[in-house]
Amino acid sequence: MSSLEFEILVTAMTVSAACAVPGAYLVLRQMSMVADAISHTVLLGIVLAFLVVPLYGHPLMVFGASMMGVVTVLGIDLLKRTGLVREDAAIGITFPALFSLGVLLISLLARDAHLDEHMVFQGDLVYSVFQRLELAGHGYGPMTLWKMAGIFLLNGVLALRFHRELKVATFDPVLAATLGISPSLVHFGLVLMTSVTAVGAFDSVGSILVIGFMVVPPVTARLLTDSLARYLGLSVLLGCVSSLGGFWIARTVNGSVGGSISLVMGAMFVAVLLASPRRGLIADWRRRRRQRVEFAVRMLVIHLFQHRALGQRTEENHAGHLEAHLGWSAEFSRRITELAEARGLIRRVDAHWLGLTSVGERQAEQALAG
Amino acid sequence: METFLQFLNDYTLRNVLLGTAWIGVVGGSLGTFAFLRRQSLLGDVISHATLPGVVLAFLAWQRREIGVLMVGAAGTGLLATALIQVVDTRTNIKRDGAMGVALAVFFGVGVLLLSMIQNLPTASQAGLDKFIFGQAAALVQSDVTVLLVVGGVVLVVLLLLWRELKIVTFDPDFARAAGFRVTILEGGIVTLIVVTTVMGLQTVGVILMSAMLIAPAAAARQWTDRLSIMVLVAAVVGGASGAAGAAVSAFGPQIPTGPVVVLVLTALVLVSLFLGRKRGLVWHWRRQRRSRKLADPDTVLGALGALESAHAGTVRGHPEAVVRMAVGQSAQVGQALAALREAGLADEHDGDWSLTERGRSEAVRLTRDQRD
Repeated sequence: MSSLEFEILVTAMTVSAACAVPGAYLVLRQMSMVADAISHTVLLGIVLAFLVVPLYGHPLMVFGASMMGVVTVLGIDLLKRTGLVREDAAIGITFPALFSLGVLLISLLARDAHLDEHMVFQGDLVYSVFQRLELAGHGYGPMTLWKMAGIFLLNGVLALRFHRELKVATFDPVLAATLGISPSLVHFGLVLMTSVTAVGAFDSVGSILVIGFMVVPPVTARLLTDSLARYLGLSVLLGCVSSLGGFWIARTVNGSVGGSISLVMGAMFVAVLLASPRRGLIADWRRRRRQRVEFAVRMLVIHLFQHRALGQRTEENHAGHLEAHLGWSAEFSRRITELAEARGLIRRVDAHWLGLTSVGERQAEQALAG
Repeated sequence: METFLQFLNDYTLRNVLLGTAWIGVVGGSLGTFAFLRRQSLLGDVISHATLPGVVLAFLAWQRREIGVLMVGAAGTGLLATALIQVVDTRTNIKRDGAMGVALAVFFGVGVLLLSMIQNLPTASQAGLDKFIFGQAAALVQSDVTVLLVVGGVVLVVLLLLWRELKIVTFDPDFARAAGFRVTILEGGIVTLIVVTTVMGLQTVGVILMSAMLIAPAAAARQWTDRLSIMVLVAAVVGGASGAAGAAVSAFGPQIPTGPVVVLVLTALVLVSLFLGRKRGLVWHWRRQRRSRKLADPDTVLGALGALESAHAGTVRGHPEAVVRMAVGQSAQVGQALAALREAGLADEHDGDWSLTERGRSEAVRLTRDQRD
């Protein structure tokens, strides 16, 4: 790996880590699509800020451009508050409008500036590290790396400093209000943090891929843990690991680094979605199957219990009739009967007739009583 | 004027205008259901998620006819909606998170594929990235034919299933109880939305196509409470915006169609929000102003009395604004004050109101009466 490649990798990991911090809270607060809106509209902020301060990456410019995120959220709230459209439509009307203004401004005014359509939707990690930070004739590595490291540090410090506020305002807004924490201040603080991060990541991953960096690792982490601290840590970690894998893929196929990282994030999400020990689809499927079997065994025991008065040789107790009476398939009946027998709940009176054991009777009585 | 007519006669422009307007018509009609079902953002996710499908279709067939690309786009679009559905119903992840993941991952993969084919020697790959923002000028006759056919099918299905879609949209529980196949119908609506979204990719682009679904419906909703009229209005709004956007972007090759269409649509939505029949904000404000109570003279008299006893020794009286605040509820006190002066109970000097001798005793009597 050349030193340039190493720099790209480190930058990618820093971007992921910086994005995961606000992203984790956005996911918890069900603001993923608001983040999507912000990631689109900061484009307009960047174009406008660029017209005022034509110095890309200047802290003032980053901050100015970030205000567009706040404007977006205010616009959504305003539309929502008219009571004429619901939140989803309010988001869906606000951000395309602001984004369109941005695209139009780029195509009309900023043709020559180094803001072009490619930058808009994908950015370019490889290109972004070519811009070096130079102070007094000394080179200090890629500017983007320093910028994103700064944003990560800022996000991290803010998240730690206001950990309690964020937590309470997210999980219990009413309690927050009684504790003197303003939920809307927390809300807009998070919006601003999201915007600053999106603007910062603009030249490396572009304004749209950034939503993946913010949302996918936390959503994946959410499937793995219920502890807030572990969730936050895991979000950052998964982001960094995805960057590592994505970088390797991009190098192998000679494609977009941001796109490859998104791919790895997606693959990790799907893997966790399938295989997460408690929340995964496979675990869910097995749980459902187990529940179905448990329920069926109980049904069988109760069924036999209900018909015990009729003597043990009625058709209700005939092993072959379970299919008709309980709506089971022959295969399923056989499995359940064998299972119940193995557990000592039922016994075979002979080849065809079933009866309850005393254990089975007691269980049926309990089930019917409870 | 003459140039404008020439302009309309232009073969390319006619294609472009017709194609884009038609997308607006179909988008508006279908979008009405998405809007009412609170699935406005689904179009956003779907349109982003079509990008990898477009590139994959191009890679598979090495052609960029709209019909070919639409197959791929619809494929990944549907896959994304299926993913959202599974995650939403089977895990602890909320719907917004599922949508964010689907949107970002599919779009990211699309970007990756796009960057990979840009390294391929195939010359005709140029122009695929136009799908991001759309370029209506690239529409040719055969594309328009495909759009007309696909859109026509969508609209016919919509009309055939009108009653079912209406019930599922407004009262899914009742629909289920009444024996409708709700799950299948809901899947059908989503499929129609996917197909509609895919139609607009080339002209409006993947990022902005969602607005083509939501905005006409949001505008139409402000003018009517009837579904059939809402669909018609949305279709007209969408069609007109599409045509306007295509016309404007035809003036310069550097003007992308999508953003212009969206800005026209946004303007129409704003106008509708303000002026819409009955619901519009302007009427709302007017009603609010009118219903603002005209304070009745007795209340104002009491308030003046209270003000004077609270500021005993003040000779000057109190300006109207102060009286209004004393009355409260942002009531209009002007007419009541005039009536009091007429009755000789209050008087005004340089904008300050005070009670006359008779007014003061009347105010005292009023307060006493209220206390009893």
